[in-house]
Amino acid sequence: MWEFLINPWPWWFSGAAISVTMFALILFGRSFGFSSNLRTLCAIATRRKVRFFDFDWKKETWNLIFLVGAIIGGYLANTYMNHGEAVQISQATITDLAALGFGEPSTSSSGVQPDELYAWENVLTIRGFLILAVAGLLVGFGTRYAGGCTSGHAISGLSDLQLPSLIAVIGFFTGGLIMTHLLYPFIF
Amino acid sequence: MRFIKYLLVGIFFGILMAKSEAFSWYRIQEMFRFQAFHMFGIIGTAVVLGVIGTWLIKKLKINDIHGEKIIFTPKEKGFYRYFLGGSIFGLGWALGGACPGPMVVSIGYGVLSMLVVFFFSIVGTFLYGEVRDRLPH
Repeated sequence: MWEFLINPWPWWFSGAAISVTMFALILFGRSFGFSSNLRTLCAIATRRKVRFFDFDWKKETWNLIFLVGAIIGGYLANTYMNHGEAVQISQATITDLAALGFGEPSTSSSGVQPDELYAWENVLTIRGFLILAVAGLLVGFGTRYAGGCTSGHAISGLSDLQLPSLIAVIGFFTGGLIMTHLLYPFIF
Repeated sequence: MRFIKYLLVGIFFGILMAKSEAFSWYRIQEMFRFQAFHMFGIIGTAVVLGVIGTWLIKKLKINDIHGEKIIFTPKEKGFYRYFLGGSIFGLGWALGGACPGPMVVSIGYGVLSMLVVFFFSIVGTFLYGEVRDRLPH
C-alpha cells in the first residue's frame, strides 16, 4: 500500500483522486476552483478599493485554507513520499526538449521542474525573470478573464457538462499548443 | 475548527498533484506535444467520474453536509471571454508549466522560485480587474 503511494501514481488513480477532491468540496457546500484564490488575494491586497475586487472575501477563507493545505501537501509529498527518482517522461519529449536546450529531468535538482527555468541562477537573470513573470501574468490574467482555471473549467465545469467550460478548455489547449509549438523555438 | 476539513482536503490535493506529477513542467510539455497518455488519462478519468457523480447528485437530490441542497451554478453564456481568456491562460500554462494549484504545490515541494510565477499570476488577475470593462466578454 505505502509502496504504491510513494511511487508515482498511475493516471487512473490520480484522476480518481482529483474527483474525490472535487466531490469532497461539493459535499462541504463549496466548489472546486483554485484560481478564485488569486482574486481573493487581490481583494485583500487592494483593500476593496478596486470595484472588481470589492467583495466580501472573508467568505472565501475556506479556499485560502485549501491553498495552504496544498502547499503543505507538496511539502509532505517531497519530504515523506519521495521515491528518489525524477519525473519519467517519454523519450520523444526528452529529445524535443533537448533540441530546445533543456536537459533531462534530474534528481540533482527538484526532479520535477527544469533548472533552465527554475534554478535561481537562471531566475535571477533579466531574461529568466521575465519568462517566469510573463508566464504568471498570462495565467493570472487569462484565468480571471475566462472565469476559471483547470480546476474550475476542465474538471468542475466539464463534469457539469457546461458548454462555456468546454470553450475555455479548447482555449487552454489553443494557447498551450501555440506556446509549445510556435513560440518555444523563438524563446528557447 | 470548521476549517480543518478544507486544510485536510488541500493537503490531499497537494499530495495528489505531486505524486501524479501533474504539477511538473515536463508532464505539461509532454501533454502539449501529445507524446504520452498520462495527463490525458488523469483529466479524462477525473471528468468521466465527475460527470457520473454530478449526475448522481442531481438525480438523487443529495444534500451537502449542512443539509442544504447542492446547487451547480451554470456558467454565464458567452464565447469571447472563454476562448480568449482560455487561450491567454494556455500560453502561460505552457510557458511556466504550471496552473495556479500546481504552482503552490511546487512551492511547498521546495521549488521556491515558483513564487515569482505565483506572485505575477496575482498581478495578472489584478490587471484583468483594471481593464475588464474594455474587453469583449
